[in-house]
This record gives sequence, structure tokens and C-alpha cells, in this order.
Amino acid sequence: METLITILAGVLVTVAVYLLLSRSIIRIILGSAVLSHAVHLLLMVMGGLKKGSVPLLGEVSDRYTDALPQALILTAIVISFAVTAFLLVLAYRTYQETGSDDLREMRGFTDE
Amino acid sequence: MNNMIVMPMIIPLLTGIILVFFRSYIKVQRVLSFLALVATAGVSVYLLNKIQTDGILRLDFGGWRPPYGILFVADSFSVLLVLTTAIVSAIVLLYAFSSIGFKRENMFFYPFALLLVAGVNGSFLTGDLFNLFVCFEVMLLASYVLITLGGKKVQLVESIKYVAINVLSSWFFLLGIAYLYGTVGTLNMAHLSARVAEVGQGPLLTVISILFLIVFSLKSGLLLYFWLPGSYSAPPTAIAALFGALLTKVGIYAMFRMFTLIFYHEPSITHTMIGVMAALTLIGGSLGAIAYKDIRQIVSYNVIITVGFILVGLAVSTEVGFQGAIFYLVHDMLIKALLFLLAGTMIYLTGKTRIEEMSGLIGNYPLLGWLFFLTTLSLAGIPPLSGFLGKLYIGQGAVEAGSYGLLALAFISGMLVLYSLLRIFMNTFWGETIISEEEEVPLKKSLLLPCVLLGIATIALGIGAESLLVYVEDAAYTLMNPEVYVDAVLGNRK
Repeated sequence: METLITILAGVLVTVAVYLLLSRSIIRIILGSAVLSHAVHLLLMVMGGLKKGSVPLLGEVSDRYTDALPQALILTAIVISFAVTAFLLVLAYRTYQETGSDDLREMRGFTDE
Repeated sequence: MNNMIVMPMIIPLLTGIILVFFRSYIKVQRVLSFLALVATAGVSVYLLNKIQTDGILRLDFGGWRPPYGILFVADSFSVLLVLTTAIVSAIVLLYAFSSIGFKRENMFFYPFALLLVAGVNGSFLTGDLFNLFVCFEVMLLASYVLITLGGKKVQLVESIKYVAINVLSSWFFLLGIAYLYGTVGTLNMAHLSARVAEVGQGPLLTVISILFLIVFSLKSGLLLYFWLPGSYSAPPTAIAALFGALLTKVGIYAMFRMFTLIFYHEPSITHTMIGVMAALTLIGGSLGAIAYKDIRQIVSYNVIITVGFILVGLAVSTEVGFQGAIFYLVHDMLIKALLFLLAGTMIYLTGKTRIEEMSGLIGNYPLLGWLFFLTTLSLAGIPPLSGFLGKLYIGQGAVEAGSYGLLALAFISGMLVLYSLLRIFMNTFWGETIISEEEEVPLKKSLLLPCVLLGIATIALGIGAESLLVYVEDAAYTLMNPEVYVDAVLGNRK
């Protein structure tokens, strides 16, 4: 199971890199969102997938699942949500101002 | 256990949240945000002195003993930076009062500036790697808003790149955390240090450390600085000054923590890499600083040169080198804020940004001219100003470690900093006065006051270096001996 998820994370990273390397802003945003999912999956695998019972007092078992990675992922998902939302609005506002979503046309330092 | 440690983060955070509800009361916002930062500075002075008597302080949130819970750790290094952050941001806010404009004040400028400070202070104080990531994000999200606030075309275009590159590096940060957790199974920095020391820093851990090096290089502008000059030139002066003074320093701080506390076992790989990157940064930054004629670009490239210079102190890894780097960090936060404020004031007064379009300003604004000259001298490291001691110690550290190449580069770049700023000075302040007295834009006292305050601070820091040295020595000692930090955090567990 771990191997499978790792491969899935790898595929997601591939997709994300492809999208990030394009010139269109909206693709870059999608790429960063996909990359965040890949990293979340990897974080989960790193803590080990479900190995035993819930780590609560009163649960009697000889194996417990590590709960920490899930707490980390939850936090990271919230952050990723906020950042992606901000990026989307920013891209829309930039499109309104410049009439373009092509990064190549935004090169160089321009005054006003 | 000391509850005061959380104050430098909580005060700006809560004030920022409260101020959101006072949107239309600009006066209230100004007063409260300034008071919050002054209070933060007061708390940090108290903490700094407490550390000298009681040793490193820590606060376990919710009473969870390390390494299980999240905690804040206050040692001299972090609290020195927290104190400087509070002072610099308070002074920059003074400048913002009369320059940022009603539109931005009405659109939550003060809450976001305070949230930025909260994120910066949190990053300095946290003792947990994942918490560091979260504090970084608090700081970065606030900075995303600040850089786009106002919504001018150039701001939006530049901030797209800034946001994109920072989002990417944040995910790499998380990736590094995932790998580290998978390898050693903890995220508490002191515990990480102990465990890495226990199992030895093998090739796998060294690769992970290089991943962190890349992440923090992107954030601090070490070698990977291509995004920096553009995005630091776009926002209004007060915001650019906050960025220039604070943001890159957080990346530098994180790098110091990582490579003195956790990954210090393979200096021949990691520290050599840092040295090479610092050298290339010095060269690239210097070239940029002398190539451009736009004041904002020159000033932004000066930020990059400093990053390279401070990391020379980390690359050589001697106690004197660390002392120099810490001293220079404190100095640079003050002086970069001053430099950005002065450059912004010049642009505000003349309405021009290129140095060949200004001339003879010293005839119109003598005090501004002398302040700029003072800044130039301080950045070049002329005694008795504050840049001197940091440069001296970093140089001494490089000599002790025998890295003469880095030493030469560091001081040649110092010369080029001097040249690039003198070029601004001679082109803009000297020469024929082209603005007649009738056309002269009056220089408001409220704009000049923060610059004068920062000017006094750089002189005071230079002359009073002796009294600061106690704290700097303690901070460098902790960096040099990571077991001090580890014992303070995990001590009563053993």
C-alpha cells in the first residue's frame, strides 16, 4: 500500500511540474495545488499508513496508528486552501489589469 | 516555563485581529498598532535580560512536555532578532502614518503589518519545525496581501512572481518536513538535533538538509534571488522597507538554526555549499547593484549582497564568525529599513526613480542628504557606525577558518556596496540644484522623523556596541554549542 501511494505521489509531482513549467498563470496555480496534494500524500506515507487502532486512552491494542502526520496534513491543507484562493483572486485581478495571463508578456520591470 | 515568551507573537496577532473591526477608525488603528509594537519591544527587552540570568527559556503549550508538544524557545539569538523586529517595524509604521495613504489604511494595512510581525516573531521563537512552517505561512500570507495592497498594475505583475515562487518553496519546505519525519520520526528541533547526533548524519540526512538549504535560500534570497529585486521595488516605501528589513532575515535565521542545531555534522558538504552560494550571491548582488540606475533596484540588490555577507559567517562556522553574523543581522535590519525609507522619500520628493534624473538634492533637503551619507558609511562599515563590528568579526571568523577566498569576496563586495551607494549620493545629492525653491516639494517632518530615529539607532548601535556584545556573545555561544539548546529543551526529561 505504501509503495502504491508513493507512486501516486510521484505521478502527481510529474503532473505538477509539467503544469508549473507552463506560461499560463492559471496552469501554474493548478500545478501548485496538485503539488500540494502530492506533498500531503507523501507526508501521510512518511508517518506510515493505518497500522493499528486509534491512539486514544482506553483503546487496548499492541499497535497504534501515528496521528501526528494527519494533524500536520490538516494544517497544511488549510494553508494550501488559503494560498490557492489568494492566488486565484490575484490572477483574476492581474488579468483584469493587464488583459493577459501569459507570464511571458509580464516580463521586465515596468513603471506604472 | 515562562508565559512571557509567547507575547511577542500574541500581542501583534491579537491587536491585528482586533483592528480588523476598527476599519474606519484610522486614528485608533495607528495608535493601537504602534503601541502593540512598543509593547512587543518592551517584552523582548525583559526576555533578553531574563535569558542572561536564567538561561534559555521555553514555553510548552498546553503543558505537553517536549518532544511531544509544540513549544516556543527563547535564546539570545532569537530574542535579539525579535527585539530588532519590533523596533524597526514600529519606526516603519511611523513612516507609514503619513505616507501610505488613506486608501491603504482603510483597506487593513495596519492589521496585515501586525500579522506580518506576528509571523516573523513566531518564526524566530518557535522550537518546532512544523510550527516554523506555519509561522512562515502566516508571515508570507500577510506579505502577499501587503505587496498587492493598492492593486497597481506593476504591483500585481510583480507579486504574481513573488507569490508563485514562495508557494512553490513552501511546498518544498513541507516536503523536507515529510522526509525528515519519515527518517528520524520527530519534528521538535532540539529532539531532531539529539536524534540526528545519535544516528549520525548519513547521506540520506545530508540530502534532506540540502533540500532545506534550497528552501531557505529561496526565502532569504541566497543565490536564488531572481525574484527579489522586482518584487521589493513594486510596493510603496513603507511596505518595501518592512520587507527589506524583515523577510529575508527570517530565511537567514532559519538557515542558521538548521545548520548549527541539527545538520552540523557534515560541514565539508553543507557548509561548503553555503560558502559557494554565499560567494556567488555576493558576486551577483554586487553586479546588480552597480549595473542598474533605478534607485529601487540598486537598494534591492544591496539586500542581496547582505544576505551573502551574513552567510559567510555561517559558512566559516567559528564562534567569532557567528558573533559577526548576529551583530550584522541586527545592524542590517535597522540600516536596510533606513535605506529603503530614504530611497522612497527621494522618489516621493522628486517623482523620479532613476539617478540621472535627480541632481543637487542636498541644496533642497540638507538633512536628508546627510542621512543618506550616514547610511552609506554605516553600510560600508566605517567605525564608529554599527556596520563596523559585524564586518570586523565576520572577517576575523573567515581568517580563523582559513577561507581567504570568502574573506576577499566579502570585503570586495563591501567596496562595491560603497560604490553603488556613493553613485546614488553623487548623482542625486551633488551637482547643480535643479529644483527651484518654488517647485520644491516640502519634506514633511513626519517623513523625516523615522529616518532620523533609525539614523540615531545606527550611531547608537555602533557606539554602544559594547553593551550589546554580552547578548551577542551568549547567542553565538549557543549556536556554537548546540547541546546547550538541546539540554534546555529536553533537560528535565532525562
